[in-house]
This record gives sequence, C-alpha cells and structure tokens, in this order.
Amino acid sequence: MSDLLAMIQETRDPNPASLAKVLGRSVDEIEGELQTLKDNGSLLGWVPLVHPSKTDGDQVRAVIEVKISPEREGGFDRLAHRISKFEEVEACHLMSGAYDLLVIVRGKNLHTVASFVSERLATIEGVLSTATHFLLRPYKEHGHLLGKDGDNSEKPAVSA
Amino acid sequence: MNPQEYIAEHVQGLPRSGIRDFFAIVSEMPQAISLGIGEPDFVTPWKIRESSIFALERGKTSYTDNRGLLSLRQEISTYVEKHFGPTYDPRSEVLVTVGVSEAIDIALRALLNPGDKVLYHEPCYVSYAPSISLAFGQAIPVATNPDDSFALDPDAFEQAWEPGCKVLMLNFPTNPTGGTADREKLEKLAKFAVEKDLIVISDEIYAELTYEGEHLSIAALPGMQERTIFLHGFSKAFAMTGFRVGFACGPDWLIDAMMKIHQYCMMCAPILSQEAAIEALRHGSEDVARMREQYAKRRDFVVRRFNEMGLHCHLPRGSFYAFPAVSASTGLDEVEFCHRLLREAEVAVVPGTAFGPHGQGHVRASFSTSYEKLVKATDRMERFVDQVRADGESIPAAG
Repeated sequence: MSDLLAMIQETRDPNPASLAKVLGRSVDEIEGELQTLKDNGSLLGWVPLVHPSKTDGDQVRAVIEVKISPEREGGFDRLAHRISKFEEVEACHLMSGAYDLLVIVRGKNLHTVASFVSERLATIEGVLSTATHFLLRPYKEHGHLLGKDGDNSEKPAVSA
Repeated sequence: MNPQEYIAEHVQGLPRSGIRDFFAIVSEMPQAISLGIGEPDFVTPWKIRESSIFALERGKTSYTDNRGLLSLRQEISTYVEKHFGPTYDPRSEVLVTVGVSEAIDIALRALLNPGDKVLYHEPCYVSYAPSISLAFGQAIPVATNPDDSFALDPDAFEQAWEPGCKVLMLNFPTNPTGGTADREKLEKLAKFAVEKDLIVISDEIYAELTYEGEHLSIAALPGMQERTIFLHGFSKAFAMTGFRVGFACGPDWLIDAMMKIHQYCMMCAPILSQEAAIEALRHGSEDVARMREQYAKRRDFVVRRFNEMGLHCHLPRGSFYAFPAVSASTGLDEVEFCHRLLREAEVAVVPGTAFGPHGQGHVRASFSTSYEKLVKATDRMERFVDQVRADGESIPAAG
C-alpha cells in the first residue's frame, strides 16, 4: 500500500494540503498521486463515517442471506452484479457456507425493505431463496466503536 | 508548630519536579494542545483489558506471591530471552514490580549505602536523581551530547568516574532525548563496568520503541548478566501505564535483596494488572508492532517540522519524544520558551531542564498524539517561533 493511501486511511483526511504537510511532499505531487490512484481503481472515493442511529433517522438496515443458482458461464457473477446495482443495496458479497450472497440493504422503514426483498430481489430469476435479518442496534461501524472507549478525561495533560 | 521540622531533611531537600509545576499551568488551559504527555495516546489493546476483566469475573482479587504470579514470571523469562537474549530463572531471578519506577527505587535501596555514588546519563527520566537521593546515594550525572543525538558516550562515563562509584544507571532508548546505545559503545561501557566493579541498573522500558537498528541490552553482553539488573515494564510498549506493572530480572542474590524491600513496602503488584501483563506477553506483539509503526511515522513528521521552523532537532532513534533545541534559534531559555509558547500559542511542551541541567536549551515534545493535533501544534509553534524571531530582530542593538 502506498504511504499516501495508508495515511488517508489513518487520518481520514482527504485534504491534499494537510496530506502534503504530514507526508512532507508538495500539494501538486499529492494531487497527482490521488488522481493516479483514482484512475487505476485503487481509490474508489470518500466515505464519510457517520453514526448510523444519529444520522439515519428512522432508516433501517437488513442483512439478507440469498441463495442463487450459479450459471454455466460466469458462475454467480452476473446475478451478484445485478443485485448490487440496486440503490437499496449497500454491500453485496459472495460467501462460503449455507448461502451464496450476503446482501446489506438500507430502507426508510421495515415496509420498504420488506417490499424490496419480496418484489425486487426474490423475484429475480435465479434467486432461489432469501432470509432477511433486520439490524437492531449498531455497536461498531467500519472499525469504529460507537460507544465510548478510552475515556482519558482524567489523564494528566503533562507527565514525566 | 513548624510543619517543615517534622519532614525528614532528605525529603525537604528534594527539588520539586519541573514537570509538576508546568502541569499546574497546563491543567488550567483545557484548550491547549499538549505535547507534554509522557505516555502512549493509544488505549491499552482490548484483548489485554479484556483479560483483566475476565480475571476479575473469576474472582481473582487476592494477593499474589510477592515475586508475582509464577505464570507471569515464566512468560517474562521467555519474552526476555526471545527479545533481549539473557535467560533468567522465573523462580529466583525475576521480580514483578509496580512499574519500573518501583523497581528503580528498590534496586537503589538494595544496593546503596549512604554516600555510595551512582553514575547515570543526563538528560534523563525525572525520577533518577531523586531516587538516588532517597536511597542516600550520591548522584553523578554524566552529560550526553546533543551533537551526537544524545547517544551513549562511554568515554564520558569513564571521565566522570570517581572513587566510591558503585552503580551505573542506564536508560536506552532515553526519555526525554530518544538517544540509543549501539553495540560498540555498549561493549566499551560494559568493559568499564567490569573494570570498575559497577552494578548496572538498565531501564529498558522503551526497548520495543526502537526505530533505527536493533535494540541491544547491556545484560546480553558477555560477563554482564551477573552484574546487571534488567528493568522493563508494560507501560510504554503495550500502552499499559495505568496498570502499573513492570519487572526486574537479575542474579538471584540481587533479586533476593530487592525482594526484601518489595515484600514489606509493596507486597505484590495488583493481580488484575499481572493477569493483563500475561496476555500482553502472550498475544500483544502485533499490537506493539502496530503502535511502533505509528510512532515512527509521527516522529518523522514532527522532527521534520521542527527543523523546518528552524528548531534544530536530531532524529530520536527510540522512545516517543523529540528533543529540539529552542534557545539557540529563538534566544529564549527553555523555561521561558515553554511558558510563552503555552500562553501565546496554546501548545504545551516540557522544558529540557525538567530532565536535568544538561537539558538546557531544549524542550521535550511527545509525538504520542494524533496527526491532527501534531499538525495543529507544529503550525502554532512555527507561527510562535517566527514571531519571536521577528520581535528579536526589531529590537535595536544595545549601546
């Protein structure tokens, strides 16, 4: 991994000026490398890290286990790509084990997600079955604990 | 009633810590960015914390063997052999202490008769000189040289030696300078210790935070294990400062003498901390490597920034402190620099003289903090330094 990519992931700061300062390189150089990383597909974009229950309002998320039929040419790929293209789908992974795809879906309420599963997802030719699990409460997102951890409020500001 | 008459004279004579004075000011300024913290900014890795919770759930709330849990001493013995070289018998040559600070205290008390002299390098950790005084010893500080990145200088020790020297204290990598000791110089110093029949107390608390080359313990050199008390702990490398657990390894007769004091003054290290320490040694190496990698990157950043703003700063080869020279380029002494930097730029660093007179002209800045804060703090420092220089140039020459 390039030092720039590692630093972006660590600082979560996409500002070329501050990245240039931390890495000791010119802003032009950083902007050029960011463009290269985007062009070659290494850097897909910027995702703000938000607290789901503080920002989603009443939105709900569900994890759906999907069984699908593999195809003669391409295996699971065509169906997986097709499912991934729905706006409601946040993530889609081919899995080992009892089902084939793990699909994470977001909707404004239970009804919306249920409708998506029953009317759009389950009706795709090749989808054999679905099992939907609604997420009740998040505790960790993208490696970040959502509760308080490391309470250092009483740590001395200066120590030996 | 004069309260001071009741305080022992050798305690009355102890100087106040320069860090404590500074802490009092900084604690009144919550908006200041502190680079004055002498501990990791990482929280103890969860697996280590969790092992302590698990021990508590199982009702492990008792005293332990004075020497520490045998299982911990066995892990320490294995860890020290693997990472430092010497082999210690966990039953007789390892003592678990309440941090390295306790180990330093009881080692000195076990060794010194009133007036015995202790050689140590300076600038150094704040407790060395007071601990020697409290053990009724005589401190013989030996300056390390900023032009040599404050590295170990065996010739300086040889020149400083005088009759009555009994102990040699080392701390490499060094708090506050980040200085280290290479093999050639360590071998020369070991030869000197043997010639002068010195006992070595080697505080290697920052050993895992070595960024350039391999850390070498003086205890691993031929003939040295028998005259060295190797001190180490969990606070820095494993980010476990609040657990207060460290250890001493050495010949059984030295450990026995330290044990005599430890059993009466401390009894044992807290069992929950000892349980956490076992987990740290068994499964913490990846966490240590991850933190070291982070510190190394931050070090490169702050050292570059200090040099960019004209504060000459050597590359610390270990620890998580930079020790830039501030007086030469600003005309301010290190204490005035720190006070003005705090008041005018709201950044806290520690005057070098808090670590002994040889820290004159320098400040200690910890890079154990987030990039965001390091960037802001160094930007503020740069503006402050520029302003001080501009003010200095605008003052007409006297006469």
